[in-house]
Amino acid sequence: MLEIIGLIIKISIVVGVTQGAVAYLILVERKIAAFSQDRIGPNRVGPLGLLQPIVDGVKMFLKEDVTPNYVNKPIFILAPFLSIVTAMIGFAVVPFGPVGPNGPGLFDGPIQFQIAPGIDIGLLYIFAVGSLAVYGVILAGYSSNNKYSFLGGLRSSAQIISYEIPMGLSVLGIVLLASSLDLNTIIQWQDKNAWGIFVQPLGFFIFLICAFAETNRLPFDLPESEQELVGGFHTEYSSMKFGMFFLGEYLHVITVSFLVVILYLGGWDPPFVSLGDSGWLMAILKVGTLITKVLAMIVFVMWIRWTLPRFRYDRLMELAWKRMIPLAIGNTVVTALILQLIRR
Amino acid sequence: MRSDDPALKKMTPPKLTLLEQSYLPQILGGLVVTGRHIVKAALGDGAVTMEYPEVQHQPSPNYRGVHRLNKDEQGRVKCVACMLCATACPVHCIDIVGATAPESWTDREKYCQSFVIDELRCIYCGMCEEACPVDAIELTSMYDLSGLSREEMIFDKTKLLSVFDLTKEGEPMKSGIVPPASSNRSRELVTTPTTGPVIERQQLV
Repeated sequence: MLEIIGLIIKISIVVGVTQGAVAYLILVERKIAAFSQDRIGPNRVGPLGLLQPIVDGVKMFLKEDVTPNYVNKPIFILAPFLSIVTAMIGFAVVPFGPVGPNGPGLFDGPIQFQIAPGIDIGLLYIFAVGSLAVYGVILAGYSSNNKYSFLGGLRSSAQIISYEIPMGLSVLGIVLLASSLDLNTIIQWQDKNAWGIFVQPLGFFIFLICAFAETNRLPFDLPESEQELVGGFHTEYSSMKFGMFFLGEYLHVITVSFLVVILYLGGWDPPFVSLGDSGWLMAILKVGTLITKVLAMIVFVMWIRWTLPRFRYDRLMELAWKRMIPLAIGNTVVTALILQLIRR
Repeated sequence: MRSDDPALKKMTPPKLTLLEQSYLPQILGGLVVTGRHIVKAALGDGAVTMEYPEVQHQPSPNYRGVHRLNKDEQGRVKCVACMLCATACPVHCIDIVGATAPESWTDREKYCQSFVIDELRCIYCGMCEEACPVDAIELTSMYDLSGLSREEMIFDKTKLLSVFDLTKEGEPMKSGIVPPASSNRSRELVTTPTTGPVIERQQLV
């Protein structure tokens, strides 16, 4: 019973924090967009514009919710929900702090900073539900009954299917090294040995590029393409339905940033110093390190957005199939070979 | 030109090295450029934004904004109703009704009884200013012109003279003649809702 209550508390904390974070990420995004264009950005609502997310949210809710009468209604309504849910459920296995038998004690037993601790297939699960995110986009494009939306949906399906392959192949290297699919084990391996980015630089680059493609963010935001597709899959959406796509996109950015940090940037392992295993202080320090890294990663994602222009569609496919898949396969083979030789 | 013409210069794209083909150095260069802008603007001296209601934009001296009707040393309107501005105006937004000048005005035969400019029709080309032989009409640097109705934006002589009173300190007349310091009468001009002739009568007294 106590376990279930703890679980519910953990879930509500994670859901609440991520939703709040998304609201403020939109402010951060707008600020970074402004700074990179030599502007100031939103600064009228509250000090430094800090209340802007609340006003934006209220605006989203109060807008008129237009549902065109030519859309396929059940699917049209389902799509934004799918987009959020698929982005959320990945968090179930993402550790946001240390997990293990020597965590700080609370009630009975150590507290675990993960909704579902000790899942052996953590990485597989994330890839599985991560690929589901494409359904939100495809169904939105399909049900809108609008050729631009449909084109956006089509592009998204082709893009995500193509980029799943190098993404899955690129993490094989670090999985081989840590010999586990459990995200905690991978962090612990990096803590003991070296960060993934140093032992798997190629895998890191391929994973990073695929992560951008998975989140539909620039330079891979072809499903949206404001210029050619007038917004792509969400052209027909308004009010909070549109807001939910927005929310889903930012949740995806958070999930992907967590993944990059956990797989390649050492997770809760801070650079140069080594943290102890037990106690509240260590646990809080570890959570702080992880969150800082994730925030830095999110800022990097936004920084990239204002640096690189959008890919042309054929170039996008070429990059995935002709460049990254061979590289990822090569990376896996070389890693396996070296491991085999060392273990001899 | 034939394809084997000797004058034809053949260009080949430069061969990229393996590193350049990966585009990573170029992406890093781009990141440095945007990063520099982000840091500069975030630290507060890079942004070019002007926070408008608090900070007012100062247009350049030859900016062409709202018109004004200049007054001479005695506070009379300088216009002699020659109609050159109305003729020069490409959009016909100036409407002048001339009248014979009073006997005491020895320097001219006519003056303008009414002088109306439709500020919505005006394209702010400055041709009226160039055409005027007595430097009576000038374009000021006022740019924050707004109104709630079309009628409001049709400026009559009173309003155009009041624009002169508003702007004469900041922008002296281009002909260089300094108008008299603002008296009670000139302040009255701004508020009097009547049209031209009334003002002239006041000055005649």
